[in-house]
Amino acid sequence: MQLDSKSPTGPIETRWDRQRFNLKLVNPANKRKHTIIVVGSGLAGGSAAATLAELGYNVKCFCFQDSPRRAHSIAAQGGINAAKNYQNDGDSVYRLFYDTVKGGDYRSREANVYRLAQVSVNIIDQCVAQGVPFAREYGGLLANRSFGGALVSRTFYARGQTGQQLLLGAYQALEKQIARGAVTMYPRTEMLDLVLINGQARGIVVRNLLTGKVESHPADAVILATGGYSNVFYLSTNARGSNATAIWRAHKRGAAFANPCYTQIHPTCIPVSGDYQSKLTLMSESLRNDGRVWVPKQKGDRRPPNNIPESERDYYLERKYPSFGNLAARDVTSRAAKEVCDEGRGVGETGRGVYLDFADAIRRLGEKTIAERYGNLFEMYERITDENPYKVPMRIYPAPHYTMGGLWVDYNLMTTVPGLYALGEANFSDHGANRLGASALMQGLADGYFVIPYTLGDYLSQAGLHAVNTDMPEFKEAERAVAERTSKLLGVSGKRTVDSFHRELGHLMWDKCGMARNDAGLREALGKIPQIREEFHANVNVPGSDAELNQGLEKAGRVSDFLELAELMCVDALHRTESCGGHFREESQTPDGEALRDDEHFAYVAAWEYAGPNAAPILNKEPLEFENVKLSQRSYK
Amino acid sequence: MDLTLHVWRQASPDTEGKLETYEAKGVSPDMSFLEMLDVVNEKLITDGNRPIAFDHDCREGICGSCGMMINGVAHGPMKATATCQLHMRSFQDGDEIVIEPWRARAFPVIKDLVVNRSALDRVIQAGGYITINTGGAQDANDIPVAKTLADEAMDAAACIGCGACVAACPNASASLFTGAKITHLGRLPQGQPERDRRAVAMVDQMDLEGFGNCTIFGECQEACPKEISIDVIMQMNRDYVKAMARGAGGERATRTGGA
Repeated sequence: MQLDSKSPTGPIETRWDRQRFNLKLVNPANKRKHTIIVVGSGLAGGSAAATLAELGYNVKCFCFQDSPRRAHSIAAQGGINAAKNYQNDGDSVYRLFYDTVKGGDYRSREANVYRLAQVSVNIIDQCVAQGVPFAREYGGLLANRSFGGALVSRTFYARGQTGQQLLLGAYQALEKQIARGAVTMYPRTEMLDLVLINGQARGIVVRNLLTGKVESHPADAVILATGGYSNVFYLSTNARGSNATAIWRAHKRGAAFANPCYTQIHPTCIPVSGDYQSKLTLMSESLRNDGRVWVPKQKGDRRPPNNIPESERDYYLERKYPSFGNLAARDVTSRAAKEVCDEGRGVGETGRGVYLDFADAIRRLGEKTIAERYGNLFEMYERITDENPYKVPMRIYPAPHYTMGGLWVDYNLMTTVPGLYALGEANFSDHGANRLGASALMQGLADGYFVIPYTLGDYLSQAGLHAVNTDMPEFKEAERAVAERTSKLLGVSGKRTVDSFHRELGHLMWDKCGMARNDAGLREALGKIPQIREEFHANVNVPGSDAELNQGLEKAGRVSDFLELAELMCVDALHRTESCGGHFREESQTPDGEALRDDEHFAYVAAWEYAGPNAAPILNKEPLEFENVKLSQRSYK
Repeated sequence: MDLTLHVWRQASPDTEGKLETYEAKGVSPDMSFLEMLDVVNEKLITDGNRPIAFDHDCREGICGSCGMMINGVAHGPMKATATCQLHMRSFQDGDEIVIEPWRARAFPVIKDLVVNRSALDRVIQAGGYITINTGGAQDANDIPVAKTLADEAMDAAACIGCGACVAACPNASASLFTGAKITHLGRLPQGQPERDRRAVAMVDQMDLEGFGNCTIFGECQEACPKEISIDVIMQMNRDYVKAMARGAGGERATRTGGA
């Protein structure tokens, strides 16, 4: 497999300009002759579908939810970064670029990140014009806050519901195009396979989730914007339906999967309370602006937090990282929490939790100010835990939240399959080995509003596309494969529920391929995953039929794909013997326990190629070159 | 704690449904309502029965997927809380709980507790947006918005589209939903050029979908998990009347033709 990043060279500031000039255009009159499939309707998919329809393409958009407005982007709380420098505090496109490359622990492609920082400013303009009700200052201008370890205030926000408001902006633009007839929307429809003809992506096979009908849709290009795969851990902050099926099926049809082991564990989530737990709830990272993180100094100190005197508390982030304190980067903060809990100093019933304390902030600013800043989050916390965070410190613990890995894409966001694109969290692109807070929304919208509309035409105008139809053998073969997988799942009639397998896989992944990984643990996981998978296919119980709304069947298909993807994650984590960003290999750390990169051997993107059901995946490397940002040890001390 | 559930079971849109009784034993007060249903479903599956179908996704009260009538109350007994954020500590050991789908002509039942809410999408399609193509916007700070207006717009924009307002309304009106979008966009300077057209088009679409009229019972704002106030309905009515007086009714033909 040849990996050509198509990344322009020369001065970084003008790379995107020059690329845009070099990209071929499609004659406006010809655009409507092209059908483009967009799978997923979140920030990346929704914005792409709406924008491509505005440009004149004929768009079909698919989502598994009952409405495109429900995509999981909606749950993002904190904000969206943009290099507007409205606060006059030293921000610039270059600084956002620099921070993102550094924050990603030098494992991303410079040219992509620079473009992301450039278009970030257009995103804010676009969203404001759409009516996104961002927070304002009294003078009527936009408000900003600093977020997740940034030293400048560049985060735009709409209370604690920024993702919701940005998504509704894209959703409304999309609905307008649906009303115009420029987009055909297929809600409650799940993509189950990708169809290649002459090596090009020419369509998808879907299942109508209401009727069970399997259908093919032909197209000139296919865009996957289906989000990340944190649900491989069973418990994560993702929505229950978030899944890897679309990208995994595309991978099995030839799209390389990049850096699957790069997962982000978010430091501020509500801890697990019992076995029945179905998901973990994120508490916005913005809480760390005013909350102080601590655990008791003594192991096994079970006193209520307010009875533990100041001198017996360990504000470990402030102690270890005096310059960033409670605002250290996500991966660093998460690992520090795991460490103190592993030492036996964790709090709460399970001992897997740390305090996030607002007492000082309330003393300093008053309860009213804190309520204005975080009121809705405090309420949410109280609803879930029955504890009042104005009186008792919150308990938090890290949880899987975002996956930096995903389908490998070139600078134009095309995967290794011609005509197949991946946008947003579904691709591996811009965040390297660790994503900074408030950058996911930025990337999803950058890809959908401002990158794919330019790059898609370049492919279409040169692809030499011939007409295809769904009677062609490639479509029939894919439909048969889908039907076969479905009937297999229904035919097992075993003893165990889908959830019980998913939970088992999740525990294993969390233990062995979670916040810290090591050689022995990963090998153990690689031994066990095939066993779980085998038992799944021999003993799963999926009731009902394929000709109806069957939520158990949907889940079974997704878990069956997670059972394959999990193995690739462990293979990738095992091969990368360095630590970087969210990927912490215990064997590779500095004397004081920080992640130790190995730039000499690992400054590359690992793009894995599918080689068949019983063959080891093939590793392809895209070397990463840093011409603008000097590689250095990341430090938050 | 142990509970008795009476759950609406309906195999498909065309079949008749009825309440079936299930025992939920050993429920922890820290479970969410949906986690309690997960446990019931796990047992149903293990015993060889069909699990209860219900919509859900984010389970943090923002996607708007979940929603059911719990003892006759949309989203259950806790105020300002979607079903997924309702916890079992709101119930007592030995309680009987009746669980039904949203009931409204515009929301046909698909299966068990799952209903079709696509009518709400079509109300947005009629005009719940600001027409602006990607790429043509001026600098964001060129449009100053008074903080109070931005805050009011945000209050209305918080709607999650769950449909509880419709389910709670004796008339099955979608006025709170529609009014919320009209108010969100109508409060902002960006929303002014299309304000008249939007109000008329969205209200008309709401009628076409078979939602009832608002007679100001106020049940909607009680049920709303985001506590959207019926002030947005007053705003919708004012915008509609003003728009008609200004002759925006002529927009109807355009809209039907375009949509």
